[in-house]
Amino acid sequence: MSTNIQRPRLYMDEHKLKQDPHDYGLADEPFNLETFKKKFQIVVVKYDGNEMEFDMIGVHPGIANAFRRLMLSEVPSMAIEKVYIYNNTSIMQDEVLAHRLGLIPLRADPRRFLYKTEESGDQGNEHDTLEFELKVKCTRRKDVKDSSNFDTIYKNHKVYSGQIKWLPKGKQSQIFSETDVGCIHDDILINQLRPGHELDLRLIAVKGIGKDHAKFSPVATAFYRLLPEIKLNRRIEGKEAFLLQKCFSPGVIGIDENDCAYVKDARYDTCSRNVYRYPQLENAVTMARVRDHYIFNVESVGALKPDVIFIEAVKVLKGKCRKFLEEIEAA
Amino acid sequence: MGALAEVAGDENSGEGSRTFVFQNEGHTLGNALKTIISRYPDVDFCGYTIPHPTESKMHFRIQSNQNRAIDILKRGLDDLESLCDHTISTFESEVKTYIETNNKPVPTLDNRLY
Repeated sequence: MSTNIQRPRLYMDEHKLKQDPHDYGLADEPFNLETFKKKFQIVVVKYDGNEMEFDMIGVHPGIANAFRRLMLSEVPSMAIEKVYIYNNTSIMQDEVLAHRLGLIPLRADPRRFLYKTEESGDQGNEHDTLEFELKVKCTRRKDVKDSSNFDTIYKNHKVYSGQIKWLPKGKQSQIFSETDVGCIHDDILINQLRPGHELDLRLIAVKGIGKDHAKFSPVATAFYRLLPEIKLNRRIEGKEAFLLQKCFSPGVIGIDENDCAYVKDARYDTCSRNVYRYPQLENAVTMARVRDHYIFNVESVGALKPDVIFIEAVKVLKGKCRKFLEEIEAA
Repeated sequence: MGALAEVAGDENSGEGSRTFVFQNEGHTLGNALKTIISRYPDVDFCGYTIPHPTESKMHFRIQSNQNRAIDILKRGLDDLESLCDHTISTFESEVKTYIETNNKPVPTLDNRLY
């Protein structure tokens, strides 16, 4: 039974959730840093470019959730915050255009910038602000006739994020290159123009956090789920085996050479309770989740790598503790 | 003004019972700290609340009849900080080994029963 306590499970019955009879719940076990360190485990499962999947084992939901919340809303990134509109004769309203520009992800590393303060003024300075410009004018191509394709008869009728030009402030041009700070994607359609329409904009990007506006969030998604566990309680063969396979996500249930079902990989199951619909599969499976095994998925927008985002999130939590500890010690 | 204060009304209930007010904090710190402090054997009660959604304040209550509430809070923050340190070092070393080996098997439970 000791294995059950090491791996506390939540059973997903047909109509209810059930705790393990040997599991006395979350609040029961006293907190001790040494026992935490012994139980705590992180395993990186997948790390591919902007996406990362890792397991955090032996941790309480309050802590795991704090990390998730921090990645979403308190890890900083850079985004366009102010747009000076010198000319906008397109059909898109100024405020809509400014909002769209704000949502464009920038590659600038937020760790190399400071938060903009009141003192640095409207324009900001080289340490806290990035400046860009977007100047586009749409014209008709004189040489093209007998065509109704906008791409051939108009010039600049589509405005893409790649047309945004960086204007280095102060010594920024010595530290950064345009690819270090500019737009991550150069194919984001910002606006559409017609001949005679013109855009003349100056964009001011600052450092901020997701709590203030979602555009500052460094992650596209950051979520966790508990590790699913599926057990077959009896031998399931033939037609029933294929029915069982259909009840779960693809790849979860395998069927061997004797047409007998087995659990191949429960990890990526969605934990739908479809099996319970079939009377012939009654009591055939036990579905559970491991209560302290969190599968984190972090998908970065592109400015920071996902592992850096996680470390930054933990550092934010550490910083909060430090701040209040210092205040207590000063009192 | 500091970011940590105390709610009045506990003057006569001894040093063990206090409600602390955290400015500009919410569920992120509140719940993380609560899961740690409420599991200390010498703590009788620990809980947090955000009294109003438009005020960025978090009230954090500790009750103990053995130790001072402020000391327990300090211990909680200390433990949470060391937990963060441990998480960072574990995570960094795991990412390093993943990148070095890059063909690590996916951790799953012992599945094949039949």
